[in-house]
This record gives sequence, structure tokens and C-alpha cells, in this order.
Amino acid sequence: MSAAPLPRIAVVGNPNTGKSTLFNALTGLRQRVGNYPGVTVARKSGTCDLGGGRLVELIDLPGLYSLAAVSPDERVVIDVLLGRIPGEAPPDLVLVVCDATNLLRNCFLAAQIAELGLPAVLAVNQADVARERGIEIDIPLLADRLGTAVALVSAWKGEGIADVRRTLLRGLDQRPVLRRSEWPEAIAAALAEVAAAARDATGRDIPPALAQRFLFDSAPTLAESAGWAAPAREPALRAARDRVRRAGLNPPAAEPLIHYARLRRDLEGVVRGTGRESRSAAVDRILLHRVLGPVCFAVFMLGLFWSVFALAKGPMEWILAGVDGLKALAAPSLEGMPMAQSLVTDGILGGVGAFLVFLPQIAFLFLLVGLLEDSGYMARAAFIMDRLFGWCGLNGKSFVPLLSGFACAIPGILSTRTIEDPKARLATAFAVPFMSCSARFPVYALMCAAFIGPQHGALWESVAMVGMHLVGLLFAVPIAFILTRVVLRVRPAPFVLELPRYQLPKVKDVLWRVWQSVWEFIQKAGTIIFALTIVVWALSYFPRDEALAERARAVAVAKGADSAAADAAAAAAQVENSWMGRMGKSIQPVFDPAGFDWKLTVGVLASFPAREVIVSTLGITYALGEETGADSESLYAAMREARWTEGPRAGTAIFTLPTVLALMVFFALCSQCGSTIVTLARETGGWKWAGISFATMTTLAWLAAVAVYQVGTALMS
Amino acid sequence: MTPLAQLLPGQSGKVVSLNPERVVDQRLMALGLLPGMVVTVVRRAPLGDPVEFAFNGAEICLRQSEAADIWVDVAADCPIPRPPKP
Repeated sequence: MSAAPLPRIAVVGNPNTGKSTLFNALTGLRQRVGNYPGVTVARKSGTCDLGGGRLVELIDLPGLYSLAAVSPDERVVIDVLLGRIPGEAPPDLVLVVCDATNLLRNCFLAAQIAELGLPAVLAVNQADVARERGIEIDIPLLADRLGTAVALVSAWKGEGIADVRRTLLRGLDQRPVLRRSEWPEAIAAALAEVAAAARDATGRDIPPALAQRFLFDSAPTLAESAGWAAPAREPALRAARDRVRRAGLNPPAAEPLIHYARLRRDLEGVVRGTGRESRSAAVDRILLHRVLGPVCFAVFMLGLFWSVFALAKGPMEWILAGVDGLKALAAPSLEGMPMAQSLVTDGILGGVGAFLVFLPQIAFLFLLVGLLEDSGYMARAAFIMDRLFGWCGLNGKSFVPLLSGFACAIPGILSTRTIEDPKARLATAFAVPFMSCSARFPVYALMCAAFIGPQHGALWESVAMVGMHLVGLLFAVPIAFILTRVVLRVRPAPFVLELPRYQLPKVKDVLWRVWQSVWEFIQKAGTIIFALTIVVWALSYFPRDEALAERARAVAVAKGADSAAADAAAAAAQVENSWMGRMGKSIQPVFDPAGFDWKLTVGVLASFPAREVIVSTLGITYALGEETGADSESLYAAMREARWTEGPRAGTAIFTLPTVLALMVFFALCSQCGSTIVTLARETGGWKWAGISFATMTTLAWLAAVAVYQVGTALMS
Repeated sequence: MTPLAQLLPGQSGKVVSLNPERVVDQRLMALGLLPGMVVTVVRRAPLGDPVEFAFNGAEICLRQSEAADIWVDVAADCPIPRPPKP
């Protein structure tokens, strides 16, 4: 790459215009994904060859209807266009993507972009759909009326992409500026007043487009971020708005009235044919029917969920088998170096395995949710579900993240990006880890198979299973309510949801997004989880006391144990003596009210990076070796025989029904997943909310476990 | 004049006024819901709320509380309200 920076072209447009498909068609796979500083908005850019080796950088900005910024995504757009992102100049050219089937509404954004004074060209996308519906657009006339170059394109079909490239080249060479609307004198004067007052207060030049936002928008977010504080701002804006009102205009209404009046004139004769009713309307008569709609919805969601588990099962087994294979391969070559052997097999490979095993679920969830999203159904799902979630500060779009959480919290948290309202997004991301993810399943399975099933029968076993999956939901909804209404103290944000036209998803685009998300997760979360696993390994490996282990082995052999059992006894003695074992013993009093002994406490502590570790940890502490699974009869037997050795309960069984339930409830609620914490921190823009989530969930888990054990014990005695 | 939230599915009205001070109404105006624009109630969500509206070439869903301050004239040439299909 040459040292000279490439010309930069910002791609903007309404949501559902096929903007990202066009972006992908122009850039191919030469894309980079990052984050804008300070906000959790993804920055997507890519290079594009406009022909003849003229490379440009395209920036795919979030879809939006208006520059009046409500959500963080929308604020990023105006910040990029005005060059207010630190270290980034304004783009050299703006490509406005419009939907050919609804040109008037799409041109409203173009009219606002015109006010920025940046060179801009238009791409009228979805030409194929417009043609199908009998809508004709006179492109040369449109170009003439708007004063810039316009390309007609169907990004989905790949038609007209070359024309877009040529249009971009013309844009870069001729630097055309979109024709601006004419403002009445009162507004022009008010805008000049606002710009002058803001310049005096902030010491910076205020571009006219920003002065318009200050004058027209009632939300002060942009003025605040420009450093124009309320004491100076409010009187100046009041005076300017009063001037507009005296002229018989209403400041917030003036902008759309003036732009739309002008656009109606401009588009006269440009668009021919009103367009037949789209097929979407017919489909919606079924999918949004008051009875059939919810039924279809339930079928889709169950199907989605079942498919994720079914599709991910094979790859998860391959990953586990692969990791086991590597362990078996590595172990003999490190014979004679017990520490290195344990570090490689238990620490490194164990850590990588624990992390990789959930990638298939994450990838398939992204894939299926992405397909549903691009088909246009997800907006319908939000429409159907909004009533159920609206009251507690979430909204209809919270449903998919929460559902994803039942497989894995990470894709759930990542998919909260589709929620525009930042408060609902935060509350949803906060609620997702409460959903009973698949990593909790082995814990429930172990407890149910070892205790509830044999003692109370299969019916109660399944009741316990279902119950555990509901516990999290039961807590998450009130917590979202408290978070949004008491802690954040916000009124529910406006829920303005467009139902896009149904269309066949472009599988290549969806696969590409899946790969980007998964790769980002591996890079960002993988390293931290890996480090955590090594720390936990070291805590349960050191300090070594070979003499102690030998004594334990001798005792086991004296009792008639075979060599494997003797090895397991030695390993158990080492774990008991390790830092983790000592921590377990010293922290055990904290978990004593929940009925956990020190071995369970060690299991709980060791599971903080990844909760499924509990099963193998119990295997080690109960001296059964490391290859213990949730279906291991010997583990069931060892746990059933476990007795308290001291204290008031000495001699009685540790695993009573209240202990078993308390342990399951603890795992249902506790924040025991390094990946989730890291993802939450990244998606909420800092460690604050991740820390609050960890503290809340862990405290709740402890309280609930203690309550279950105490009430249960009292009832049973 | 009738509040938009009171229209039945299938009914249309011509927008008379919005409340420009509300953020929702500002967003709707950007979407083209301005005085004079015809808006049709398409359907209610299965649980009664939100409501799907059609205007300016798009289908937009709003909660009833958000459509509360939008006033429309139910014009004579607008379709007679039909009960929602079972």
C-alpha cells in the first residue's frame, strides 16, 4: 500500500435500503471492522477499486432516517460526516443510498446531507424490486433536480455496480454538492444567531448543518458533545426559536416541512407508477395475524433454537474430541515433566477447549438470526413481542437477544446492537446472562441424574430441569425493570419500528457477518479467557507437595485401591493442598449457609472463568480422576456417599435435596463466564456495567442458594 | 378530529397536527408524517399494542401511547372501518 491516504467515501442511507449489500458488492472481502472511540458502534470500512487502479476507502455508516441523532449509532453518522471523530477528517465524498421503491422518504436524508455542504452522489438501490412493482424512475431527471450524479443499481442482483463505481469517480473528480433547500428568512437568521452564539461559547466554528441540529432538535445530545453547555445554550436557543415562532413556524416541524415540500416538487415527473401492493402485505396477513402470527412466531423460534442445538452438536463433539486427541498426543511427549504436562493438558488445552467448544453454537445462532433479520422477519418478531417486554423498559427487539441467551450469552449480548434505544440495549445486555445458557446444562444434568432422578423419579427430574431454565428469566425481568426505571430513571424511549419488505437473504452477506463476529470474539475474548484459565490452573496446581501425595496414595493402596484409584487419591490430595483448595477451605464458611462443603466451594471458585468446569473439578476433588463427565456413575456414587466430617452436621450426607437445589440455583444465577464478562464490557463501553453485572448476579446467586437451602432444610426437618 | 391511536384497523385519516416538541413526533415527521399526509391503520399487534401504520410508502409500528398526540381527520372518502378479521 502506498503511503498517501486513500480518498474516503462515507456510505449513508436509511435502514433496509440494501446499503450493506451494496457496500459488500463494492468492497468484496477487503474490509476492516473496528470501533469508534468511546462508543460501541462498529466501524466498518473497506477498500474499493473504482477502476484503473484508483483505490478509495469506503466507510459503511449505520443506517438512519434523519441526522437528528437519538441513538449512539445516529450520532456517529453526523460525527463522521462533520469530521468530529478524533483523528478523522470529514469524508471526501458521501454516497447516499436510496430505496427506489420509496424515493421521497429516502431523499429526506439526502436533503439533510445537502446542508452539510460535502460533495455527495446518489445510488438508487433495489431497482429490481421497483421494476417488478411497476415503478419507473427517470434517473437523468433526478440527477438534474438534485444537482449531482445518480446511479441506478440493484446490489442484491449485482446489476449496476459498475455504474456506481463510475458515479463515485465522477463524484471524486467533479465534487458535486447536492442542491440545498431554501430556508425562509426567519430561519436563516435564527441559524446565523445559533451558529454565532455556539461559536462564542465553544471557540470553534459551527458548520451550518450543526447549527440546524441545535436549532431544530429538542434532544441536546449534539450540542452537549460539541461542548455547548446548558447555561449558555438555553437562552440563545430560546431566543432563536422564538424568532422562528414569530414568523409563524414551529422549529422542530420547520425542517421536515421545508425539505418535504421541496422534495415533492423535485420528484415530480421523476417517479412514475405508484407501485402495486407488495407481496409483503399478503405474507403479513398470515405472519402478523392475531392468532396465526404468534403461532408462526413460536414455531420459528423453537425451530431456530432446535436447529442451533442440532447443528452445533456435531462440531462441538469434534472440537472436544480434537482437544482430547491433542491432550493424548501431548501427554506422552511430556512424560517425566509433570508440571509441563499438566500445564499443557489441563491448563492450555483445557482452556482452549473450554473456549472453543461454544463457538459452533455462537456461529449457528448468528447465522440463523442473521438470515431471519435479512429476510425482514425480525422486525415483525419485535412487533409481536413488544407488548410483553415494553413494560419493564425493554422492547420487542429484546426478545431475540434473550432467546439467544438460552444457547449462549455472547451472541445474545452482541445481538443487542440492533436495539436503537441505548437504555433498552443496556438493560437487555444486562438481562441476557441470566438466561440459562447451555454451559449450565451439565451442572443441572449432573445433579438431576445423581440425586433428583434416582430419589424422586423422572417426572421431578424434568420439573427441576425446566424450573432451572426459568429461574434466570424470573429474575431478569424484574431486574431490567429496576435497572431502567429506578437506576437509570428513564422514560421508555420511543419505539418507532419500520417493517421492511420481505426479501430473500443474501447468504454470502450473512456468512460474512457471522465470520466477522466470530473472529472478533476469538480475538477479543479469547486472549482474556485463555489467561484466566491459566490462572485457575496455576491456583489449583501449586504448591506441590509430593510427600503428601505419596501418603495419600499409600493410604489408598492400603485400603485395596487399584493404581488408577491410588493416582486419583494422590491428585485429590494435591488439589486439597493447592492454593485453590486452601481458598476453598477458607471461603467455605461463606457458602456454608447454602450447604456447600469445601469441595463444592472449590468447584464454585474454579468455575468462575467457565461454569462447566464444575463437573471435572468435582471429579478431581472426589478423587475420581479428571476424565469425569456429567454421566459418570462413579461420580454419582461418590457424591451420594459424601458426608460432613466436622461441625454440627458431622456424619450426615452433604448432598441433601436442599443442597442439590441450592447448587443448581446458584449455577443458574451466578456470573461464571469470563467470555460473557469480557463481551459485556466491550458492548457497554467499559468495565462498569460488566462489574455491576458480575456483582449483582453473584450476590443474587448466593442469596438465592442460601434461601433455598435454609428454607428447604427447615421444611424437611 | 380524532387521535390517531383511536383509529381502527383499516381506517385512514389525514394528519391535522402533531406535537413537534415530542421526540417521537419529530422522528415521525422526518419519516414524512406531516399535516396533510394520509395515514392508514394496518393492524394491531396480536397483544393489542403496538399498532402498524402505513404512510409515505412505508409500514411503521408505534405504541399507542406514542400515537396519542397525533390528530387526524377521518375523511369521508376513507374506507369504512371494518372489524378486524377473525
